Amino acid sequence: MINIHEVLETNEMIEKENLDVRTITIGISLLDCIDSDLQKCCEKVYNKITTVAENLVETGEEIEKEYGIPIVNKRVSVTPIALVGGACCKSPEDYVELAKTLDRAAHKVGVNFIGGYSALVSKGMTKADELLIRSIPMALSQTEIVCSSVNLGSTKTGINMDAVRLMGDIIKETAEYTKENDSMGCAKLVVFCNAPDDNPFMAGAFHGVTEADAIINVGVSGPGVVRTALQKVRGESFEVLCETIKKTAFKITRVGQLVAKKASKMLGIPFGIIDLSLAPTPAIGDSVADILCEIGLEYAGAPGTTAALALLNDQVKKGGVMASSYVGGLSGAFIPVSEDQGMINAVEAGALTLEKLEAMTCVCSVGLDMIAIPGDTKATTISGIIADEMAIGMVNQKTTAVRIIPVIGKGVGETVEFGGLLGYAPIMPVNSYGCDAFVNRGGRIPAPIHSFKN
Amino acid sequence: MNKRTIITVVGKDTVGIIAKVCTYLADTGVNILDISQTIVSDYFNMMMIVDRSGAQKSFDDMSDELTLLGEQIGVVIKCQREEIFDMMHRI
Repeated sequence: MINIHEVLETNEMIEKENLDVRTITIGISLLDCIDSDLQKCCEKVYNKITTVAENLVETGEEIEKEYGIPIVNKRVSVTPIALVGGACCKSPEDYVELAKTLDRAAHKVGVNFIGGYSALVSKGMTKADELLIRSIPMALSQTEIVCSSVNLGSTKTGINMDAVRLMGDIIKETAEYTKENDSMGCAKLVVFCNAPDDNPFMAGAFHGVTEADAIINVGVSGPGVVRTALQKVRGESFEVLCETIKKTAFKITRVGQLVAKKASKMLGIPFGIIDLSLAPTPAIGDSVADILCEIGLEYAGAPGTTAALALLNDQVKKGGVMASSYVGGLSGAFIPVSEDQGMINAVEAGALTLEKLEAMTCVCSVGLDMIAIPGDTKATTISGIIADEMAIGMVNQKTTAVRIIPVIGKGVGETVEFGGLLGYAPIMPVNSYGCDAFVNRGGRIPAPIHSFKN
Repeated sequence: MNKRTIITVVGKDTVGIIAKVCTYLADTGVNILDISQTIVSDYFNMMMIVDRSGAQKSFDDMSDELTLLGEQIGVVIKCQREEIFDMMHRI
């Protein structure tokens, strides 16, 4: 039988260490909503989302109450809209209509975000993909909770450099379109290499075409829990350190597994995966950077950071894998800047640079995330940053991403406030040397030699 | 379905905490299977494992009313289904 110390430990994690389930995300296939008539397509999309996800928020709240565990976000991800709108959208404006439909449907069911305003162009772009990509700045400025993502490369296909170049422009344009809002639109836009089909986290969630009609994916969190556990083993060897992270990750993930199974049963939608990511929030103590400091660094970004993050990421996976029957998504540690107070402190202290963050992305899930850069950064420079990150993902057979915000009208030394879970960020300097000739070559970078496994 | 629920009471120790909680549970038809308590840094911590199979009230109502009762006594009372602890601490 459960004893009082175990009960108190769990409740301590929830109450004092910010243990929570970060998100329950319903993935919904919209492939059956395709129509050659835009109005009809919008109607079908709206009806499908509001029917399938009708009880999501209510169910989430019920589970929260029964187990006493906060479920921070309820979200919806859908089939990449470039595929859904291909038959009826003849202009970027047509795609914007679909974006607005997603926004309306998401508001109707009461979710925090809806993801899937996406295109998968890792090898080439169809006309529809290109129209969708060109509509992103308009779509993100005219909607509130729609998130957009574009997959630009993969280990199997190489990197679509034409799309990388285009996305540099699109990110700048999105920043311009939302400049009254500190270029907030860019916080809802992410580009990927090796994008997973079942990621529950925003802004990159979409419902891949390999998925079932509807599926429940759950993202757990709890950097504060890991950090508190590590406080108790200060000065101990790496073996003790790793064991502690593993055990803690196991406990956190078990809660996610319970919530996922329960939600799946209550909603009558199959359980997809648990995403094992440690996802920070701006709340004090809910920080991945603080874990790195607890491991023994003065600030995130100090020499040793990449190694510390590598072991953290690996142990989180090892602990979590046994706790869940299906693991997927991104699974690892997220290192967003604006959403993590420890990261912000490190940037402000001058300990953490864009280049060090890039190195860190080689060993953790995802990539350059929620980084504010000067508004006058050239589009080609942004494309260069994206290309570097895509190359890391392609060669290392892992997911990498870039969610970068060129804040129009602001420069290095200023800060930008996104609010809520997105936090605030000091604007970081970018290497000012050009890469125009490289980015403008056109075409694609071939897949690496180790992708030929057949 | 497993009807076992864990009730935790945390707060400053005063006279009659257990009595009040037990009276409420008896009135609601909830059977107490196990009680344990401990003092952690001057705070009174109690855990009850209860069986709700004969309960006359829904989980939601019981949870809300216990929260209210806790506020009256000056302690924090929480109800959670046992599964969350089982999942976390048992393989």
